[in-house]
Amino acid sequence: MTALEFTVVVWALSALAGFLGALTGLGGGVVVVPALTLALGVDIKYAIGASLVSVIATSSGAAAAYVREGYSNIRIGMFLEIATTLGAIAGAFLAGRVSTHALAIVFGLMLLQAAYQSFKGMSDHGPNAESDSLSKRLRLGGAYPVNGKRQNYGVRHVPGGFAMMFGAGTLSGLLGIGSGAVKVIAMDRIMRIPFKVSTTTSNFMIGVTAAASAGLYLSRGYIDPRVAMPVMLGVLIGALLGAKVLVHARVKTLRIVFGVVILALAVEMILNGATGKI
Amino acid sequence: MDDRRLETIIGNLLRAGVLLTAATVFAGGVLYLVQHHADRIDYHTFVAGAPSTRSVSGILQSAARGDSEGIIEAGLLLLILTPIARVAVAMVGFLLERDRLYAVVSLIVLAILAFSLMHAT
Repeated sequence: MTALEFTVVVWALSALAGFLGALTGLGGGVVVVPALTLALGVDIKYAIGASLVSVIATSSGAAAAYVREGYSNIRIGMFLEIATTLGAIAGAFLAGRVSTHALAIVFGLMLLQAAYQSFKGMSDHGPNAESDSLSKRLRLGGAYPVNGKRQNYGVRHVPGGFAMMFGAGTLSGLLGIGSGAVKVIAMDRIMRIPFKVSTTTSNFMIGVTAAASAGLYLSRGYIDPRVAMPVMLGVLIGALLGAKVLVHARVKTLRIVFGVVILALAVEMILNGATGKI
Repeated sequence: MDDRRLETIIGNLLRAGVLLTAATVFAGGVLYLVQHHADRIDYHTFVAGAPSTRSVSGILQSAARGDSEGIIEAGLLLLILTPIARVAVAMVGFLLERDRLYAVVSLIVLAILAFSLMHAT
């Protein structure tokens, strides 16, 4: 393949991945890494390096809008970033220790979970909770817009959420993904933060989390400019378009289609990893 | 300084960082394709590039020479710095709000990020 062909094909694949990732809320990384490794035979280390930088781009691009709308909670985000950045460094260290086959298998397992979540759909946990004493001391509670009015919400179970966030960071650093779904589970399910606040704050945190492993990725050479360039530009454009059409899309049907695709990629990744092809 | 104002500043900072990155990477990418479009490429097996492509100073030097891959990498470096700058701005904002607790929380996050980036210098 020539450099021009590779750039064009990777750009197009990445744009599609970014588009679908934005529509389903799972992010572009979960599709871009298997697409590069399975379809084009790119070594998974280049793939996760390119994916990691594209994750920073989409997170920062989308967060700019959400923060201004007043959904993201910058205090919750900042506090939990202590856990995700530490986890990300641990994950990036681990990525250099484990074999490529093991990385592919872990990636496949993560895709299985993402497929499951895609079929089931993420949903709100119901009425807002009162803050518990630790959350009160950390002043984590806040307010977000509901039908034009600011509605207050509380936060609970900080230690559990913090631990889950460390895990989300590790996964992000190990696999070069945003692991937004795990962050949402930590905030929405464990800490009882409203769904809309959880998803937008998760998006806000993804960039900082990924930046924490980016230094290690860079020094190991995972971020190759010739691979990262089309991936980053493609995912960014796809994600921006995805966010624009999200309002009109029939998300439910799309989630199921996307879930099937991810399930197939998961099986393929695990098989290829187990037989040593990746 | 209040929270809404801080959020607006952070939003603008993130947007500017992404736009600047996309422009730089695109410019470097066009230059790379003009010079190397017919190169045969193969990424089947990972081979770490030369040490100069893996350090901040090496990347900046190569970008300054007008090397296309160096320009792309400089753009990506800018991208990595964007969320880090966001944490630093938030820290200053919290200080101006006299919110000591969150100024310290931001400082901790900043220290962790600095530790990671130090590996690449």
